[in-house]
Amino acid sequence: MADDQKPKTKLLDELEKGPWPSFVKEIKQAGEKSPVCDDLLGQLELSYEEKKGHWKHGGIVGVLGYGGGVIGRYSDLPDKFPNVAHFHTMRVNQPAGWFYTSDAIRTLCDIWERHGSGLTNMHGSTGDIIFLGTKTSELEPAFKELTEAGFDLGGSGSAMRTPSCCVGPARCEWSCYDTLKTCDDLTRQYQDEMHRPPFPYKFKIKCSGCPNDCVASIARADLSIIGTWKDDIRQDDAAVAQYARAGLDIRKDVCDRCPTRCMEWDGQKLAINNRECVHCMHCINVMPKALRPGQERGATLLIGSKAPIVQGALLSSVLVPFVPENELMDTLKELIRRIWEFWDEYGNNRERVGELIQRVGMANFLDAIGLDPAPEMVAAPRDNPYIFFQKEEAAAEPEPAGA
Amino acid sequence: MADVNAVAEEMYKLVAEFFGKKNLKAGDLTKAMIEKFGADCTKTDCKLAIRQLMESGRCVYSYFGGSYITLPHKEGAAPE
Repeated sequence: MADDQKPKTKLLDELEKGPWPSFVKEIKQAGEKSPVCDDLLGQLELSYEEKKGHWKHGGIVGVLGYGGGVIGRYSDLPDKFPNVAHFHTMRVNQPAGWFYTSDAIRTLCDIWERHGSGLTNMHGSTGDIIFLGTKTSELEPAFKELTEAGFDLGGSGSAMRTPSCCVGPARCEWSCYDTLKTCDDLTRQYQDEMHRPPFPYKFKIKCSGCPNDCVASIARADLSIIGTWKDDIRQDDAAVAQYARAGLDIRKDVCDRCPTRCMEWDGQKLAINNRECVHCMHCINVMPKALRPGQERGATLLIGSKAPIVQGALLSSVLVPFVPENELMDTLKELIRRIWEFWDEYGNNRERVGELIQRVGMANFLDAIGLDPAPEMVAAPRDNPYIFFQKEEAAAEPEPAGA
Repeated sequence: MADVNAVAEEMYKLVAEFFGKKNLKAGDLTKAMIEKFGADCTKTDCKLAIRQLMESGRCVYSYFGGSYITLPHKEGAAPE
């Protein structure tokens, strides 16, 4: 398209100013190859002017046999912007930890330039590779080429969504279990649930290798798998002293910021009361050469977080305080089976599992999936009192000594 | 174990009966089939039946907030 035929994008041009990356600049650059981009910018500029979206949601577009992986989009101004009359998104299952060879990225980009707008989002908030903008007639050819290259579509709709994980032990010494393997195993195990939506609503699993939770699983996953350790923090006293000599104020920047105040620094030696440690990772993050997670490693399993859509946001609650790494996959399979069975039976339409737990109560949920309440499920005494002891149970408790 | 072909056929009839009237989820079809065929029909049979309906193209998934199973039809939102 000649420059004088390019859409006028006065409002969008403002987003090119400043030192930060700009999606407008990137789409304009892609527009040199793809006419779709000019119509996309034209429609977006109009939306900015009118303060009104011009996308319609597609209901049934997809590839044969799959109920997920394609999100239908149509322009409500197809005569004005014919190149985005259809603008469907494809979600492509990302490799665990988002590791690619440059050949793999070239393959993906080539496929998308042949069958779509060429615009990608690496990666979307789901974790998938997002291919933005194609026509209905190009969905099957794109899918065929993707599968021939070893890729598959991810989840969408009321399905198990594409599991995602942090880079884990591939790049991070703090990882308490193999997030990449767990994520890949879960993806392969639940192919049917990912491609053929069987649930009341979406179900997300995210794997974080340590409590830093780099994939934000505690806020975003229906089932969060967060690496942790059971024994003591490993401590190198010489390295602690080195941090102090280098100017780190250990009392102020480490001990005083410990949420349970389980550390003492007397100017010579750091003493940690590991029984009080809640594994927040703060001290380890500040002094990575001196402190490391313990050696008895595994994961904590949590349930029920979600971003706000139908109802408000929820954070995950602890379901299983600690699973050793070598028992993780078997425990997950059994737990997921029980959770899905209960949710399938009692979940309302468009009700996330966390919302179901809020509706029926955690005590009933635990009872239904066959787990006993544990102190780790409660943030602080009387802070989150969803576990109620029955009168007869309380009566059966022995009197404290000296009472 | 129920005959998956028979389950698929009954599911198809149900989807056709409710087409345009009520959106049915996979769970709705599964519960209806277990009720119809009794203990012989398992959730796995229903899964296989749904897969058969999808792969044959007799049914498709639709998305309206959640995912539903319906008959193939012209997309309402698609331009002429």
